[in-house]
Amino acid sequence: MIFDKLGKLVTESGFAQIILSADGWKALIMIAIACVLLYLGIKKQYEPLLMVGIAVGCLLANVSVLGGFENALYHQELWDRFLNSGAYTEGYEEYLHNYGYILSEGGLIDILYIGVKAGIYPCLIFIGIGAMTDFGPLISNPKSLLLGAAAQFGVFFAFFGATLLGFNNNAAASIGIIGGADGPTAILTTTKLAPQYLGPIAVAAYSYMALIPMIQPPIKKALTTEKERSVKMTQLREVSKTEKILFPIIVTIFVVLLLPSTAPLIGCLMFGNLLKETGVTERLSDVAQNALMNIVTLFLGISVGATMVGSRFLEFDTIKIIVLGLVAFCFSTVGGLLVGKLMYRLSGGKINPLIGSAGVSAVPMAARVSQKVGQKANPSNFLLMHAMGPNVAGVIGSAIAAGFLISMFGG
Amino acid sequence: MSIAFADEIVNEVIETVAPAATEASAPPIVNAILGYLVVFIGLALLMVVIIVMGKIMVAASKKKAEKAAETAPAVEAAPVKKDLPAAPGSAGEVKLYDTDPADAAMIMAIVADKLQKPLNELRFVSIKEVK
Repeated sequence: MIFDKLGKLVTESGFAQIILSADGWKALIMIAIACVLLYLGIKKQYEPLLMVGIAVGCLLANVSVLGGFENALYHQELWDRFLNSGAYTEGYEEYLHNYGYILSEGGLIDILYIGVKAGIYPCLIFIGIGAMTDFGPLISNPKSLLLGAAAQFGVFFAFFGATLLGFNNNAAASIGIIGGADGPTAILTTTKLAPQYLGPIAVAAYSYMALIPMIQPPIKKALTTEKERSVKMTQLREVSKTEKILFPIIVTIFVVLLLPSTAPLIGCLMFGNLLKETGVTERLSDVAQNALMNIVTLFLGISVGATMVGSRFLEFDTIKIIVLGLVAFCFSTVGGLLVGKLMYRLSGGKINPLIGSAGVSAVPMAARVSQKVGQKANPSNFLLMHAMGPNVAGVIGSAIAAGFLISMFGG
Repeated sequence: MSIAFADEIVNEVIETVAPAATEASAPPIVNAILGYLVVFIGLALLMVVIIVMGKIMVAASKKKAEKAAETAPAVEAAPVKKDLPAAPGSAGEVKLYDTDPADAAMIMAIVADKLQKPLNELRFVSIKEVK
């Protein structure tokens, strides 16, 4: 009797399932990948705030899935039925777009994942980003917006490349948006267009954002001369408080009317910024910048990481996505630099082309890298504030690019 | 103008500019170019809007400053006294070698911030650019 129960316990344990279950070895590999991501987040500090959450989500999903359906924290099958895609949909038509089944049958991470699926977390993060962003450098130098636009080149280059590699338009658009160097935008776009690739795309986006100090400098050096990198830019004009208050209102009205599909991202980004700039909503601004941002980052990381289940992640497509993501990042940098060089010529050498590469929207990492490379060429060069203009323009640019892709392929 | 109406206009523009792009079977290269163009044109238009806003604001603030200058009573500039000792606790004079005053001010502010000491408790003798 006791031996029977012990035997049952042993065979039902996750350790036994690694051998007995068909996908056991995949879960084991994913656990190893989660540990690597934890190492990168903790030891190497690659975007640790999100990377640690993603790694733990991946770890929990793959450890718990070995304990069977009832013990799993994340159920890929439920989400396949919800979307009516994948291998587990036959006979479950009533699950289509029905959150009730997720709530009643899902695990902890399934419930948290509803926030990703409904596009809530990326938008809440954008409120926090808006509340932390100073658009002053962009308002004082509006030409920065052109650099922010130029640096979306990688998005569309990678989109084209992905279609050549056999991805459909929706998946290609989600892969391309990695080049926008904006995690929440990439997550929102992928959730809407190709949710089956959310795990690899989120990991690629955040990894490459963390690797910007390694990816960008060689490209900058290859495409610019020492003379161009040494250019000292004139001081920016002071921006009044009224302008800073008007900016988010004008951008919201203008951009959302131009491309309505950008409403969630642009609306939330500018709402957060308005909270910061009005001066009368300090408490809300503080919550958006700190408590809200931290809570949502926690939920977003863990639920995105949980989508990295072995049966989906360990495919050749994942490698293609990782490579295409790098291509997208590199070509976004190239696009920004080339238009930066054009502006250098047109301005008679007054604009340092290095600020163009800050148009990829990884704020403020990309601007810091421009500052660092510029200072190497000329130690008295302070490009940071000049680079912040294209940097925050990149956030708006990637939101517009995402809006375009969603409206084109979102059905 | 409602958002749905704006959406219709955008779709109409897209259909006019690149009819192939609105079809599911449009070549990816067309979609890619169109997408890049939309981002560029969108941000270029936004740039124009911000430039106009900036010009209006600068003009308004200039007008305000002029008005304030007209209404304010003329204040005679205080006579400059030379060779006065530095005020107690002030940094005194700093010798600058190949350094802009603005850069020097920033360096002093950074040093004060790093040392967690008020600027008037520090004394900078000279700042020299290392080439």
